[in-house]
Amino acid sequence: MSRPAIYRLVIILGFVALLEVLCLTGTIDVITMQPPHRMIMDLFAMLSSGSLNAAIAKTLSNAAIAFVLALVVGVMTAVVLYRFRLARDVLDPLFATYYAIPVFAFYPLLIIVLGLGDAPQILLGFMLAVVAVIVNTLNGLDRVPRVLLKTARVNHMGPVETAAKIMLPSAAPYVLTGAKLAVAYSLIGIIGAEFIMSRGGMGYEISFAYNNFDNATMYPLIILILFVSISVNTILAYWEKRLMRRRGQG
Amino acid sequence: MSGSQTALRNAAILILLVLICWQLLYWDVGDIALRSPAQTLSYVGTLLVGDMIWPHLWETMRAFVMALILAIVSGLTIGFTLGYSRSAAQTFEPILVAFYSIPKITLYPILLLIFGLGISAKVAFGTIHGIIPIALFTMNAVRNVRPVLIKTGKVMQLSQADMVRTILFPAALPEIFTGLRVGFSLTLIGTLLGEMFASQSGLGFLLMNAIGLHNIDLIMAITLILVVFAATVSSVLLFYDHKLHGQR
Repeated sequence: MSRPAIYRLVIILGFVALLEVLCLTGTIDVITMQPPHRMIMDLFAMLSSGSLNAAIAKTLSNAAIAFVLALVVGVMTAVVLYRFRLARDVLDPLFATYYAIPVFAFYPLLIIVLGLGDAPQILLGFMLAVVAVIVNTLNGLDRVPRVLLKTARVNHMGPVETAAKIMLPSAAPYVLTGAKLAVAYSLIGIIGAEFIMSRGGMGYEISFAYNNFDNATMYPLIILILFVSISVNTILAYWEKRLMRRRGQG
Repeated sequence: MSGSQTALRNAAILILLVLICWQLLYWDVGDIALRSPAQTLSYVGTLLVGDMIWPHLWETMRAFVMALILAIVSGLTIGFTLGYSRSAAQTFEPILVAFYSIPKITLYPILLLIFGLGISAKVAFGTIHGIIPIALFTMNAVRNVRPVLIKTGKVMQLSQADMVRTILFPAALPEIFTGLRVGFSLTLIGTLLGEMFASQSGLGFLLMNAIGLHNIDLIMAITLILVVFAATVSSVLLFYDHKLHGQR
């Protein structure tokens, strides 16, 4: 383990220990926060009893659908935009300001149009994630070496074949960067939407537990969501780094 | 055509396209769920003339501005501190990056339990959205300042404060500005998200209230106001961002 990693571990453990002490001595009262060891015990009890498995499955599968949709649609859109310069120029200001727009503000509208089911949540996660994929894929396509494109032309490849066999593999690390962001965004979109208004899922359960002062359910779920999103991101970041290093850019 | 003229033309085409899609969607879905662009604009006019929306607009603005100030001050402080010290940066950067990617809405109930249901929970929630990008961009900006500039400062025996004021800050400004731009939008998103989840006033509250009342006019008008505000400010910031980066 490297030195900074040890420091980091010590700081995080110290922080948890501090919370534990503050909770046990009553400086932070029980209504606000439970001591960390209780949260972990509650989490294990919750997972082994399976009482919230349905909510967890719903959230994760919705996030997965939103992510896959965003990845497929995003990559295809990027390939098409790469071919049509004018369309790309027109959409550029949209991409540049997209993440400044509070996409969650559209959620009420989506509920009214699509009804209060899974559809508006998935669409919201998709809307948040897709632009990150498009922007990063375009960035990767711009960096495909020209000699590869010439090789494709020499071999009489059609536009679809060129995209599938030459451009996308060459742009893979950048697509992966987009995918990494898309995972985070689709989770944020789904959970955020569940929080604001929904009929199930982890976000809904947290907000339900919050409204009922049920800290024994709320804190374990929060920890679970943090754990899932941080580990998915760490794995993808590691993979991305390896791809980059293999190309001598890391 | 010059660069900025092309950009303006593209933005105009884009707005036109959005309006056309919106109108087509309205014709398809109908009055039950949507309003046309013209109807929405006229309702925005009615809202702005009346006095129902102003207290909420004011409340959201107040929370947003306070959150933004807090995010900028603490983000810059963290960024400069970590940018200065290599070991501190190596220790804390992964924590910041991990925090950046988590769905922060999950933390809002905790903030509500700590601060209670009021403006301070909203401000805190907006702040934790904006603080990380500002800190990360500032840290990288300070770290990438050309060493010769720092050496020059040391030769001239500048004090720590003078060093930041006359060398580090100007040299790192373009990158810091990018961080502030991203921080601006995320703080706005955070503040609104907090209001939508639980609050008793503000535009986010009004939006959620309108769903309950099935008041489509109000939903569309508020959404339009928010989008136009965010897009306009962010375009202006983006313009200056490009300008700052182009100078060097």
